[in-house]
Amino acid sequence: MPNAAPTLRLEGVTKSFGPVAALRSGTLVVQPGSIHALVGENGAGKSTLVKVVGGVHRRDAGVVELDGEPVDFAGPAEAKAAGVAVIHQEPASFPDLTVTENIFLGREPLGRFRRIDRRAMRDKASGLFRNLGVDLDPDRPAEGLSIADQQIVEIAKAISLDARLLVMDEPTAALSAVEVRRLFTVARGLRDAGKAVVFISHRLDEVADLCDTVTVMRDGAHVSTDAVADVTPDELVRRMVGRDVAELYPKVASTPGEVVLRVEGLESTGTFHDVSFEVRAGEIVGLAGLVGAGRSEIARAVFGVDRYDAGRVTVGGRPLRPGDPAAAIAAGLALVPEDRRLQGLVTESSVVRNVSSVARKRLARLGILLPDAEARLARDWSGRLAVKAGALDALATTMSGGNQQKVVLAKWLATGPKVLMVDEPTRGIDVGTKAEVHRLLSTLAAEGLAVLMISSELPEVLGMADRVLVVREGRIATELSRAEATPEAVMRAATPGASRSDSRTEGAA
Amino acid sequence: MRSVLRRREAGIALALLVVIGVTTAVQPGFLLTANGWRDLLLTPAILVVLAVGQAVVVITRNVDLSVGSVLGLTAYLTGRLFIAEPDLPIVVVTLVAVAAGALLGLINGSIVAFARVPALVITLGTLYVYRGVTLTWAGSDRIDAADMPHPFLALGTQQVLGVPVLTVVAAIVLAAVAYYLHTSRGGRQLYAIGSDPDAAALQGLPVRRRLLGAFALGGALAGLAGVMFAARYGTVSSGAGLGMELQVVGAVVVGGVAIFGGSGTVAGAALGAMLLLTINRALPVVGIPDFWQRAVVGVLIIGAIALDRVLANRRSRRLAAERDADPPATSPPGGAAPPGGAAPPGAGPNDREEATT
Repeated sequence: MPNAAPTLRLEGVTKSFGPVAALRSGTLVVQPGSIHALVGENGAGKSTLVKVVGGVHRRDAGVVELDGEPVDFAGPAEAKAAGVAVIHQEPASFPDLTVTENIFLGREPLGRFRRIDRRAMRDKASGLFRNLGVDLDPDRPAEGLSIADQQIVEIAKAISLDARLLVMDEPTAALSAVEVRRLFTVARGLRDAGKAVVFISHRLDEVADLCDTVTVMRDGAHVSTDAVADVTPDELVRRMVGRDVAELYPKVASTPGEVVLRVEGLESTGTFHDVSFEVRAGEIVGLAGLVGAGRSEIARAVFGVDRYDAGRVTVGGRPLRPGDPAAAIAAGLALVPEDRRLQGLVTESSVVRNVSSVARKRLARLGILLPDAEARLARDWSGRLAVKAGALDALATTMSGGNQQKVVLAKWLATGPKVLMVDEPTRGIDVGTKAEVHRLLSTLAAEGLAVLMISSELPEVLGMADRVLVVREGRIATELSRAEATPEAVMRAATPGASRSDSRTEGAA
Repeated sequence: MRSVLRRREAGIALALLVVIGVTTAVQPGFLLTANGWRDLLLTPAILVVLAVGQAVVVITRNVDLSVGSVLGLTAYLTGRLFIAEPDLPIVVVTLVAVAAGALLGLINGSIVAFARVPALVITLGTLYVYRGVTLTWAGSDRIDAADMPHPFLALGTQQVLGVPVLTVVAAIVLAAVAYYLHTSRGGRQLYAIGSDPDAAALQGLPVRRRLLGAFALGGALAGLAGVMFAARYGTVSSGAGLGMELQVVGAVVVGGVAIFGGSGTVAGAALGAMLLLTINRALPVVGIPDFWQRAVVGVLIIGAIALDRVLANRRSRRLAAERDADPPATSPPGGAAPPGGAAPPGAGPNDREEATT
């Protein structure tokens, strides 16, 4: 039936988490028999929109219709039952179950007396893998699968659902070129079978290659929807960013000083290998790469939270004892972790307590913490970082993401570090505060701090870093100077299976 | 993976055989008399039933500490039923006790599933509450063999083809639950929930319903164990089953059910129960003093958990090493790997890793 209702229609969907509006006005119309691209910067609200469609989050307001019928999913099971298959950005697999069990969990083929028919299940899984053209043992446990293989399992799961709507949230981020091509074949097959596919990707070349229609989102709202043939990639980027890049990334020029942090031959089985780099005083070094490439793990190992098998770390020429964060702090290292709520803050504690929590030793006299000194420290740093909190004794949990991040930064800066490692410094922060955090990092570097910045936001890395190290599958694939670091160069080095002719030699250095 | 698990259970079975063998060598009566044979099979029957129920709960990354109290309450209930209605068929009494156990388990499960409070705390609380109910109800009263009908008490010691009836009951329970866990959707979902509760919710699995089911099953089996207790010992006081929960959790852990959920089998738990109780009986026979008997059980539990960690670490390292070996065109990190990536994917991944780890 042509001109029938669209498979999926969202209009004016909103969703907030506490004070943060993740989705202000989500609008998306997907026709059957089409592949619809959803693009936008990180934090534009794509994943939240996907989670509303998949029944993970419940919308606050707005319209969601499937084939013209209004729906309101109370949970993922309902969405699944309605024929919506979602591949989320972070694959959720069960490490103790086999790959086959992971695919068919809750929908296992049944034999006599409603018993699971293991042979049929295994055959189906093998069939799915054959169709996808991957060589994966259906009987192995899901534990220890690479991100790419986990993604394959998720894709197999989604396909086995035989859904009318398939949503893929950045499925290609961790896949090799060959795997991407296979995935595209599968997606086109689904489209030709009359299904609707939503495809989220950062790679505009993939969008141009695969999709029919493209919707751009920015800051939680719908920007535009066009046929892919009608818009140029440059135009899409302009709409995605929607503002002047220079203003977002206020880079202060600085001259790098001596080497402060040196990492040599760091090695951890299964996580990263032969990682060597150095960071100089006054420079910002970007650590770029795909999610799951091992960047955070490298930072954690350098800081001593995780152990490593071989290699060494020196700070200011002195070797650092492995596996000892206290020694790392004493030596002048600071690590602002990726997940500030879980790892960076005591959310049920006040701003004062949070800011002073690491620098405590210096504030104490005879082992007793002086409240005055504590408050003074917190006031100094909160003022410098323009933390917007009602009062310094406000609980961290009541603050917005941007202000929480500032508190975490203040906490570490209060220790007077020589090297600051920040992991995804602006994730989940609104645009205005983002620019403030960037300005702060830039100023700190200009004052002589050595900064190692892990970021998945390419514009952020390119806009802020003096040098970019690209991590691919746990190895430093290449090092790019600020001049060399173009989006293409970084993505090529970061993607497994992309041409790597120009990267090997430098990576070994 | 399956072969690893199987090996784990085989290991416990082997340990059990060694204990029996050594003890029999020292004191042939341990196994080779009618009484020895009967005790060997009969003693663990009640603990096996409890361990099977506990294993199901532990697989979902929970724990039920109230089973000892549930056993005490249902055992006393069994006695009171016989006193009130001496003519009640044994089957009816058993069903009532099992239903009562299931209800008590359901209370545990509801609090855990809906209030989202850790099971450890909840069931520690109900451990005292349920015991308190029994104490209030029974006072210093005590049910004696004379209060219960003969055919019922006979079940406690009777044998069918040389196998005690209670052991047959335990075996049936074990087989039924093992079959359910292995072959039904619900059973596999219990493993999934224990493996990663968040992912289970994201998948849309009926997490609450499954948790309720697991706790109800654990409670029902504790109720059944209460009936078995009454039949076996013939006397029930308000202290019946006191402290048994720790023995049960010990048995489950020794049996290779991971305390963090997601893996293990009820067969392993049953073997763990048999091993614990058989060792308890064997140590005095071979002349080991009382203090050491307790210490041996402790060492066994700690050893089992340590072994779990070692096995799990080794496995994840092996899987990680396999992954490292996989991507093409990377220079081998250590010196042990074969040159030129001569052993890519298809090659047997089984025992070769021993050299590198």
